[in-house]
Amino acid sequence: MYEHLETAQNPANLKRVVVDPVSRVEGHGKVTLLLDENNKVQQARLHIVEFRGFEKFIQGRPYWELPVLVQRLCGICPVSHHLAAAKAIDQLVGIDPENLPPAADKLRRLLHFGQVLQSHALHFFHLSSPDLLYGFESDISKRNVIAVLGDYPDIGLQGVKLRKYGQEVIRMVSGKRVHGTGAIAGGMNKALSKEERDYLLQDVDQIIAWADASVALIKKVHTANLPYYDDFATIRSNYLGLVKPNGALELYHGGIRAKNDLGETLVDHFDYCNYNDLIHEEVRSWSYMKFPYLTSIGKANGWYRVGPLARVNNCDLIDTPLAETARVDFKQHSPEAMVHSTLAFHWARLIELLHCAESIKTLLHDPDIMSADLVAKGEKRYEGIGVIEAPRGTLFHHYQVDDNDIVTKANLIVSTTSNNMGMNESVRQVAAEYLSGQELTEPLLNNLEVAIRAYDPCLSCATHAVGKMPLQLELIDAQGDMIDRLVRHSDGSFEH
Amino acid sequence: MTGTINIDGQNIPFEEGQTIIEAATAAGVYIPHLCHQPGYTPHGSCKLCTVKVNGRNCSACTFPAADGQTVINNSDEQQLDRRRITQMLFVEGNHFCPSCEKSGNCQLQGVAYHLNMLDNHYPHFFENREMDASHPDILIDHNRCIFCNLCVRASQEKDGKNVFGIAGRGINKRLIVNSPSGQLQDSQIDVNDCAAHICPTGAILIKRTGYQVPIGQRIYDHKDISEVALAQENDNGQD
Repeated sequence: MYEHLETAQNPANLKRVVVDPVSRVEGHGKVTLLLDENNKVQQARLHIVEFRGFEKFIQGRPYWELPVLVQRLCGICPVSHHLAAAKAIDQLVGIDPENLPPAADKLRRLLHFGQVLQSHALHFFHLSSPDLLYGFESDISKRNVIAVLGDYPDIGLQGVKLRKYGQEVIRMVSGKRVHGTGAIAGGMNKALSKEERDYLLQDVDQIIAWADASVALIKKVHTANLPYYDDFATIRSNYLGLVKPNGALELYHGGIRAKNDLGETLVDHFDYCNYNDLIHEEVRSWSYMKFPYLTSIGKANGWYRVGPLARVNNCDLIDTPLAETARVDFKQHSPEAMVHSTLAFHWARLIELLHCAESIKTLLHDPDIMSADLVAKGEKRYEGIGVIEAPRGTLFHHYQVDDNDIVTKANLIVSTTSNNMGMNESVRQVAAEYLSGQELTEPLLNNLEVAIRAYDPCLSCATHAVGKMPLQLELIDAQGDMIDRLVRHSDGSFEH
Repeated sequence: MTGTINIDGQNIPFEEGQTIIEAATAAGVYIPHLCHQPGYTPHGSCKLCTVKVNGRNCSACTFPAADGQTVINNSDEQQLDRRRITQMLFVEGNHFCPSCEKSGNCQLQGVAYHLNMLDNHYPHFFENREMDASHPDILIDHNRCIFCNLCVRASQEKDGKNVFGIAGRGINKRLIVNSPSGQLQDSQIDVNDCAAHICPTGAILIKRTGYQVPIGQRIYDHKDISEVALAQENDNGQD
């Protein structure tokens, strides 16, 4: 792989090139390259430069605030945080997923399908389609959704309307397009009225048709550019995500499945409440974002990718017909058991978008979503874990509370965090294979952003930890001599 | 004694013993307020209901109506003063409406919307205030207390207890609990007490009930606080 480019041997005399900020992603990040005198890349890193601190400041708050509080992590996938936290606090009131009232379970799934639909549409049409339609090194003035709307009005408008529909689903279920309420401990706070259901039903067939067309579009773009699309930013990795008991694609609740790069199953139907036995997180000194890995394999090779590519790779089937046809088609394009092409994230993402559209229609025809039986209650517990497949991948929320219902401990492993190593490897692959040795220009540097963008990272979600960051403080006098040095290690210990 | 007062050019009748705000409410004229609640002893602490009576600033919730008074309620000057007072209440505490369970049902938020408060104007105090979650059913989040004294009055006047008090002055003012430990769990409060339900903000809450009312069905989702207050307070008056 390309890990040798994580840290240059002798950085002192290397030329530094910075892409700051990485554009058309959620949150703030930058890429730094260190080049030698021949413009050969010696070091390439994706840095996450923002800091959030959610895990810390939700401590001391009452647990029922969590779904509404933590969804403020993000403006694009707040529903995923809302529902992961809701699943965790369900357990705090003694309700496991199988005991949730069917109406609440289906309303949450409907909410989540709306969320994934709008997020995937936003990412593909608004953020990534300019790269794919105009070319990675095209004129910068073309690389935005406004240009797409001008030159490809049908595609652009379908993207806008697909996203709007997903947001309308969210609004009907949770009261607002962004940052609504909806899920409460043990259930939901409202059912859908007949008027709300009929409002959503009137457009759903058109949405499915547009989603199906978007899959055809990305397939056309991807296969027309082979083998480039199968090579660009491509890395071999493990993959992790939730699946249904029958191995089907699952976005709301299931067991964890992980496969290696050959498609061999590492774990299957693993109870996510034991995630601590499966995954650990490594902290590195140069990034606010942690590096999770499968403990059974270890830090060096245990890193894995999550999100649409992982989910469509991992699952045995998709339980909606059009998306299943698209999945089979997708898998057939690859000679291997697993599709490793990083740009295939887009293709997998639109297959999921189609699955969401089909699933929304199915749920809208289910009378349970209008039922008044919305909340269940059980015996109080002191620990709750909620895991969900957010648009960007597997999302873990873990909370502990005290006798007074106050949060004492929180751990969030956010989807983008799991893709940290993957994104860095892809950046290094592009730097090494496509940029190294060339005079760097803005269009050329966009290749790095295209690699990151494929993952649809949410950098603001991913940088929430506090207190574990290794820090090194050096006091240097006017002559450049170090007169004092203080180091804090990731375990919290200090060295002077 | 009965008579007439004039509020913003409108003649309004009053009855013996009524304050200006009571006469105004009965006549369908809204005067913004937070610490005033019909049925409770007037307190005059929030100052939002400040009106000009014959050219002089007075709290409408404590000032008796008297025949021939000229009252200015809805002038630009009065509304600006009220907006500034509301902004001070926001920056003094820690009010995070986006995640607060009282959002949509909160009188402080409702008044802020009514007064077209679009920013905080003043720098935040960011004071570190504690929570008291010791009681099994009631939570005090001191971050949101505006010292309106309604819980103090409710406990004394309605519940026949003396659970709450306001201690300190000025910047050191704080809500205290009358119990040996100072904790709510050791006080006489009961979840059914008026004092547990009277808070106009999210400072005193019933545990495990947050967010149960969907967005769209909360008190101020579709109605301005002026409309809600006039309807509620005139209903209460008839009771």
